[in-house]
Amino acid sequence: MAEIETEALIIGAGPAGLFAAFELGMVGVRSHVIDILPRAGGQCMELYPDKPIFDIPAHPRITGRELTERLVEQCAPFDPVFHLNEAAQTLERAGEGFIVSTASGKRFSAKVVVVAAGGGAIVPKRPPLKRLEEFEGKSVFYAVREKAPFAGRRVVVAGGGDSALDWAIELAPIAERLTLLHRREEFRAAPASVEKMRRMVEAGEMDFRLGQIAGLEGADGRLRAVRARHAGEAFDIPADMLLLFFGLAGRLGPLEKWGYEVKGGRIVVDTASFETSLPGVFAIGDVCLYPGKLKLILSGFHEAALMAQKAVRYVHPDRHHTFTHSTSSEIIAEKLRLGED
Amino acid sequence: MVKIIFVDPEGKRHEVEAEEGMTLMEAAVKNMVPGIEADCGGACACATCHVYVDPSWKEKMAELFERSEAEEDMLDFAFDVRENSRLSCQIKVTADMDGLVLEVPEQQG
Repeated sequence: MAEIETEALIIGAGPAGLFAAFELGMVGVRSHVIDILPRAGGQCMELYPDKPIFDIPAHPRITGRELTERLVEQCAPFDPVFHLNEAAQTLERAGEGFIVSTASGKRFSAKVVVVAAGGGAIVPKRPPLKRLEEFEGKSVFYAVREKAPFAGRRVVVAGGGDSALDWAIELAPIAERLTLLHRREEFRAAPASVEKMRRMVEAGEMDFRLGQIAGLEGADGRLRAVRARHAGEAFDIPADMLLLFFGLAGRLGPLEKWGYEVKGGRIVVDTASFETSLPGVFAIGDVCLYPGKLKLILSGFHEAALMAQKAVRYVHPDRHHTFTHSTSSEIIAEKLRLGED
Repeated sequence: MVKIIFVDPEGKRHEVEAEEGMTLMEAAVKNMVPGIEADCGGACACATCHVYVDPSWKEKMAELFERSEAEEDMLDFAFDVRENSRLSCQIKVTADMDGLVLEVPEQQG
């Protein structure tokens, strides 16, 4: 496949990555942005889209969703190109720049790489169960791609949030038997879904068991029962399929082995430029580590600004670099005028 | 300074010096205690800073075992939730916690 050429490649479309596209744009550097998720916003969108954030300067209160929307709007004049659902895998040096390839096989050729991967790729949480790998993708799943494989099967849905309840309600009518397994009587899912689930349980259309998942029974990837525990007692729920909905967590994964210095799962940077130990590769936001580092969105913004000042020297080494405020920047004035046409 | 002891899943003890007012999660992260991931940075939005509070503290400090509704909701994302489960980002360090022992679960997620 042909390489996609860019001046800067930003890994991660969370707040730090989005603002990096803006700051790079301000110094005349074009960006492509890749993210493993199907939309921009990172943790802000995945973990707390509706939670108010109180420490964004000039926004006394803003939700993760609003913040994301405004950051996308803010960098839009510089036309960053987004590649979503792309998981960065490898980084290789190539001449003056780098080649980054993704799990789907896309290859990016970039003069500088900015790792803004936050807590890493946001992936479903996996319970610490013995032999879990044996069943994953065969009879244990973290999402429903199509309903058909669940038809006529004994299905256990574990969890108490919206995904768990929505899928329990959706799959119960086609499953041979569906059991919802949750650790307490209360659910954090939408009240309407909880109400519906309770009505279905009362009508005998699905079962609800109080308990926490403790083990898997079966062989060759085929589940026979889900072992659960509640109030000190263990019990088995006969099952062919298990759906686990325990939220999401970050995994740095392959990015940990890109050759720069990593400490405790975070990338060590120089605080003058946010460059890693690999010249031309930068790290900003929650993923970077330096003395006094705070995992704050606003720290990511500051880090993006300083990164851009150094990154531009790799992208345009022959240019004269002077620092310009946005209020007097010709680049942004021109971009925003174009936007008004 | 308040001494807090985190016991990791392998049974290794990590003694950390925590400042009053910081959260137990911050004390753990600052000292790189393995197993406290704190993905969301303390927003009570990820349940990756789950700990078990030493049950022997129940008499001395019952409030150490009291979970808010938001915390209870987040614990739905944790594994092997027990009576003494807490999210360490939701507990502020006070002077009387000196010597507190917290067990880190096998896996946060």
